[in-house]
Amino acid sequence: MSKIHVTTTVNGDETEFLCDPRETLLDCLRNQLDLTGAKEGCGTGDCGACSVTMDGTLVCSCLVLGVEAQGKTIETIEGMAAGGELHPLQRQFIEHAALQCGICTPGILVAAKNLLETNPDPTETEIRYWLAGNLCRCTGYDKIVRAVQAAAAEMRETA
Amino acid sequence: MPKDELKAGYKLIGTRPNRPDGLDKVTGRARYGADFSVPNMLWAAVVRSPHAHAKILKIDASKALALPGVKAVVTRADLPTGLSGEDLNLQDNTLAGDVALYDGHAVAAVAATSALIAQDAARLIEVEYEVLPHVIDVDDAMRMDAPVVQEGAADHTVPEGSPPNVARCLDFGHGDVEAGFAEADLVMENTYRTEATHQGYIEPHACVGQLGEDGKGEMWVCTQGHWYIRRMSAAVLGIEAAQLRVTPSEIGGGFGGKTTIFSEPIALALSRKAGGRPVKLVMSRAEVLRATGPTASASMDVKIGMKKDGTMTAASAVFRMQGGAFVGMSPVGEALSCAFACYNIPAIHHEGYEVLANRPKAAAYRAPGSPMAAFAVESLVDEMCRALGLDPIEVRLKNGAREGTKASYGPKYKQIGLVETLEAARAHPNYQVKLGPNQGRGVASGFWFNHGGETSVSVALGEDGTVTVSIGTPDIGGLRASVGLMTAETYGIPYEDVRVNVVETGALGVNEPTHGSRATFANGKALVEAANQTIKEMCKRAAKKWGIEPEAVEWADGAARPAGDNAGKFPPMTIGEIAAGMGASGGPIAGHHEVTMGGAGASFGTHVVDVEVDPETGRTTILRYLVVQDAGRAIHPAYVEGQYQGGAAQGIGWALNEEYVYGKDGRLQNPVFLDYRVPVASDLPMIDTVIVEVPNPGHPYGVRGVGETGITPPLPAVANAVAAATGARIRHLPLSPPKVLAAMKASRDG
Ligand code: FES
Ligand code: FES
Repeated sequence: MSKIHVTTTVNGDETEFLCDPRETLLDCLRNQLDLTGAKEGCGTGDCGACSVTMDGTLVCSCLVLGVEAQGKTIETIEGMAAGGELHPLQRQFIEHAALQCGICTPGILVAAKNLLETNPDPTETEIRYWLAGNLCRCTGYDKIVRAVQAAAAEMRETA
Repeated sequence: MPKDELKAGYKLIGTRPNRPDGLDKVTGRARYGADFSVPNMLWAAVVRSPHAHAKILKIDASKALALPGVKAVVTRADLPTGLSGEDLNLQDNTLAGDVALYDGHAVAAVAATSALIAQDAARLIEVEYEVLPHVIDVDDAMRMDAPVVQEGAADHTVPEGSPPNVARCLDFGHGDVEAGFAEADLVMENTYRTEATHQGYIEPHACVGQLGEDGKGEMWVCTQGHWYIRRMSAAVLGIEAAQLRVTPSEIGGGFGGKTTIFSEPIALALSRKAGGRPVKLVMSRAEVLRATGPTASASMDVKIGMKKDGTMTAASAVFRMQGGAFVGMSPVGEALSCAFACYNIPAIHHEGYEVLANRPKAAAYRAPGSPMAAFAVESLVDEMCRALGLDPIEVRLKNGAREGTKASYGPKYKQIGLVETLEAARAHPNYQVKLGPNQGRGVASGFWFNHGGETSVSVALGEDGTVTVSIGTPDIGGLRASVGLMTAETYGIPYEDVRVNVVETGALGVNEPTHGSRATFANGKALVEAANQTIKEMCKRAAKKWGIEPEAVEWADGAARPAGDNAGKFPPMTIGEIAAGMGASGGPIAGHHEVTMGGAGASFGTHVVDVEVDPETGRTTILRYLVVQDAGRAIHPAYVEGQYQGGAAQGIGWALNEEYVYGKDGRLQNPVFLDYRVPVASDLPMIDTVIVEVPNPGHPYGVRGVGETGITPPLPAVANAVAAATGARIRHLPLSPPKVLAAMKASRDG
């Protein structure tokens, strides 16, 4: 089967790859572009480990086809620490011990960043419902929610 | 040792520094199982049985092999014959022999140049089955006329004339149970059931395996224990363990489910058949749920005798637990041993049945067996407290195991912290909160033995006086941080001066996995020994330089010092100075320690949960949750709290939502996260924790394992809270809304 040529922008860089029309964006990121920060936990849109943004919208990259990235702007966990400086969320996740195994962390960070961009002062309930699509089996979410709250507070202060 | 003696004087232990692997894990750089690739790599796909029980008549791979890009197909015929015992079980589970024993059992696998081609090829492999009758439910499997899962599975403990799926019987206890029941004012007996659940780690099993015709191979794999992967894979494939080098990736959760092999040998077998090209095998979520590590399901009768004042006089338990289609996987022995471990009861009788069913081979899941046992026993204790109008914490304090109590499973307890957890729970503000309508509070305690096990670590001094520690147990939730803290504390150097590496099978002696809540306990104890070897050596080097006896040198705060004025007056010689000159003063300085570790102190916990049950839908909301558990000594308290919170969340899931649902055809009906519903962020409140510290006398820093106990109390605690909120006692998990609604209706009508 012939492959399709896709041109897209990933983390600010013009990028191109060839993909099978059946391949997901997640597979293309991981296997064609070597961006393995987004993880496949389910492949069915239920765990959020594959979270990235496409033109600013939070998506499960396992539910997006690679060809749909044509002409779009993709942001992944690899682009989150701008110029090598950690995003406040990344720093707060480390400081709050908000990860145990860490497999859910990239997806949760991408999703939480997306939340704080539209809602800089979310309540605990808003954080919990926003992240309801991101499964974490290790932490019980307590420290994750606290880390997001701390990052939001820090970002409001410096804004 | 009094508590405070151990606490005194620590500089680093008990602090909360950033974990050393944090940066890699928040930037997406950390490499987990599926993130690993090597040149010239092939991709695998596995063909699985769609039947719960079926004879495999024929496997025809010709169409798959004709597909361009396909490089190899393997079936059971590619594995050696003549294995026995557990090795044969592992091989049978890796690839089915003549019979597929459960829905999802692997029957063939293919390697191709891309994942898509491999998946296409797998669909082209034609398997002809003859469907056999199956059995799923544990009580059905106990029937005399049940379909037989495996002929000849019963061991010597099973009496003649037992049901054909009983593989093992247990019977133990102490005291005169009948006399105990006769003494009681109230004797109650009930049957409790729990369904199979899955560990639910977010990272599916993944590996890259490479095996040449010469029997030499390599594997990169997400696992809790790479020596186990090595030994088991070598046995299944008939190769030599030493020729297989296994490197662990970062691991995306395991909870016991990654302590064994599932399809790792398949990747190696495919590689061998494809001329030694490396093969990557990554499971889908459905494969994880259908074919890896669920827990046992359980059916349990419990009987307890109690006096009016709450004193327990006798207890008995009869547990039936299926652990899938293979012997040895039902944790019925552990479950029985844990059942009454929290109590000091004069007479106890335990009876257990390991039963086979057409389900996947169960694997360990956080305190295997203990959560089910706790559900049965702690539910019944709660029912009796209610019947007698007694406070559940008071009754547990009255009967609770203490130092010197003869444990229900045999030995005498050393220092343990059950009573301290109960007192802390009673004193916590959560226990005082007034509840509203449709709300209820549940209390339960829980126990896990903890484990030491085979451990090998090494430490080495860098030329600049920093220290590298090599450990052989994957870091699943902050282990590098706790090992780094204990190392730095032992040397008296900054935490930042230590690098902890999880190393491959070639770099250390055999290590058991990160299991049994052993990793911080066992590595810590071993590394103190190893570090002390190097400290002794550094003192020797300083003594040589100073021209005094080595015994006249002591070590403190990262430097060798003369021990007292008699030894002579020399300024301290720091670890950095000694390291800088170690080439000239006698060579590299390193230490190692290898041992089968004993002394793991048991950990007890007590949980208090408040719930609200919606009377219209039967949905249970967790309002607040408290975990109190004995950590012995919390090396890095944030990661100890994390273990408590994570265990509680998994237990809440087990209590409320999670279960394996099978159709009449014996196929798993919910092999996706949408239908196998683990708790999400919006299902839970903050989870409050109290770390009790009753130091473990078997560890230099007082550590007890903390990983497992926390999943044990939530099952009964939640059920007790739901009973308090609704008046309806449900003795069969999970407490799904329809079940709760039906029970509420029945208790209103009844
Ligand atoms: S992998 Fe995309 S949602 Fe789970
Ligand atoms: S930290 Fe392991 S799944 Fe979230």
